[in-house]
Amino acid sequence: MAEPLLVVDRVSQRFGGLLAVDAASLSAPAGRITALIGPNGAGKTTLFAIISGFLKPSAGSIRFNGEEITGEPPHRLARRGIARTFQIVQPFAGLSVLENILVGAHLRHRARTVALAAAEQVGREIGLGDMLGRSADTLTVAGRKRLELARALATDPKLLLLDEVLAGLNPSEIRDFVPVIRGLCARGITILMIEHVMQAVMSLSEHVFVLAEGRIIAEGSPAMVAADAAVVEAYLGHGAAAKLGASHGL
Amino acid sequence: MKSVLPIVSVIAALAVVPLFVQSNVTLNFLVVTLLIALAGQGWNILGGYGGQYSFGHAAYFGTGAYVTAILQVRYGVNAWIGFAAGIAVGAAVGAIIGGLTFRSGLRGSYFALVTLAFAEVLRIVASVAPITGAGVGTLIKLDLRAQALQFQSRAAFYWLILALVALSLLIAWLLERSRFGAWLIAVRENEDAAMALGVDATVVKLGAMVLSAAITAAAGCFYAQYFLFIDAGIAYGTWISIEALLTPIIGGVGTVFGPLLGALVVKSLGEGAKLVAGDAPGLDLVVYGIVLVLVIWFAPRGLIGTVADARKWVLHRSSRSVREAGHG
Ligand SMILES: Nc1ncnc2c1ncn2[C@@H]1O[C@H](COP(=O)(O)OP(=O)(O)OP(=O)(O)O)[C@@H](O)[C@H]1O
Ligand SMILES: [Mg+2]
Repeated sequence: MAEPLLVVDRVSQRFGGLLAVDAASLSAPAGRITALIGPNGAGKTTLFAIISGFLKPSAGSIRFNGEEITGEPPHRLARRGIARTFQIVQPFAGLSVLENILVGAHLRHRARTVALAAAEQVGREIGLGDMLGRSADTLTVAGRKRLELARALATDPKLLLLDEVLAGLNPSEIRDFVPVIRGLCARGITILMIEHVMQAVMSLSEHVFVLAEGRIIAEGSPAMVAADAAVVEAYLGHGAAAKLGASHGL
Repeated sequence: MKSVLPIVSVIAALAVVPLFVQSNVTLNFLVVTLLIALAGQGWNILGGYGGQYSFGHAAYFGTGAYVTAILQVRYGVNAWIGFAAGIAVGAAVGAIIGGLTFRSGLRGSYFALVTLAFAEVLRIVASVAPITGAGVGTLIKLDLRAQALQFQSRAAFYWLILALVALSLLIAWLLERSRFGAWLIAVRENEDAAMALGVDATVVKLGAMVLSAAITAAAGCFYAQYFLFIDAGIAYGTWISIEALLTPIIGGVGTVFGPLLGALVVKSLGEGAKLVAGDAPGLDLVVYGIVLVLVIWFAPRGLIGTVADARKWVLHRSSRSVREAGHG
């Protein structure tokens, strides 16, 4: 079997006295949706920042497409085909929706007309067709999340890192958004997504990694990790699994 | 701005002015205004489009002026070549200052202060170095021939600076329509997001700095040829750093016409104040201060930005009332 598109190998990140990521390893096989879950403050966003080049890890290595990429700057990684969205959305607030997406599209297209056409197409695909002329700062939360995704997608990535794109959306918005993500995967884009909405994780991905206090504590199918005692404890606190088991026994 | 037509019309309208205005005082006023507009357009490329507020554009203005003057006076170089060399060396100084500041990750007020410090260092060096004429300054010999880039008539100087301003407007217009410009604006709006989308922020800022420095240096070169005298306080003085940033901020940062409009407003008010209050020292600074406060208070995006906002607002309102009328 070929090596997965992305391999994270025992990566650590230290912030002063805090070991935010502690020898975490995971991989994302090409063409699949892989999920990364874990309680608040587990180090998920930090791990994404390392993979996308915003942080240089204190230890460990990252391989993409069979090549060592540890420590490369974000713009080079984007060129290689790694795109990310930000958990806290980072729109170019003074620009229109189309101009936002255009910046991403310019990575592969120098000519403005070509890049504009590409940006417009991505915007429509992500459901921003009616808002292309609007200023990005007038969008709703759901609109901003879509814009994050559209901009990243416009760079024509091989690997898409989605950091809680469903957070802050209401159930009907989530229902609208999930097929969009599935559609990207169907187009051959490999996805690694951080997600708290378990329902979406269950329906989108076959393989889940669980990060808690910087360490990968479990991996497997969504059903498997949901039943894992260590995972339940990480979310609900020490001894929770035993208590749950006991209450089931009653 | 979609078409180049507004630039062509404005430049054409300004180009015919000397055909109707013979007064040297008026032409002189317009030449100085255009000179400031050019220096301001340089600042606008980096500050307006790139969001990097330099407080030290005197570094490029002064370098352009000194290189033009010194090459002629001390080395007998032709003035046109001196002019071109002034722009090139100004751009090189921009590359050096940009390389040092952007590579060390300076942003915001730190960047502003460090650029100010560079300009001040150059001013102090120029005020003691023998090659610049130190405290005495440098005088370019009067030689009213086109080969020497000096002209008998004010109008010729006027058209020369107008041509440079036209070129700078065109550069800003092209920037708005280019990939480099899109990347530069993206860096201004959100540097992290830009980097995530494949923008090499350091290289983009550096490129903008070089272009910006070259344009402001051109204003300095012109200054030397027009006034034929410079010293450290003129060439590297804070006055030009202030005027270069004030004009686009008042006219509209990150717009093609902002610096030109800002220069017209600022210089007209300055002259008006002189008429009213006489030639009191520091009066221009008082006027700038008042205008700046008013603009920041009432029109934070500059005059052009505010007009654009107002137009959008009116269009929005009228399209809404049309829709509502359609429903009713
Ligand atoms: N730049 C930084 N400097 C210092 N500490 C940081 C920094 N970034 C993150 N941390 C800390 O590292 C830990 C992990 O943070 P991170 O944002 O990666 O968690 P997360 O799993 O994404 O959480 P959430 O689900 O709330 O988004 C937290 O304790 C956080 O406070
Ligand atoms: Mg996070």
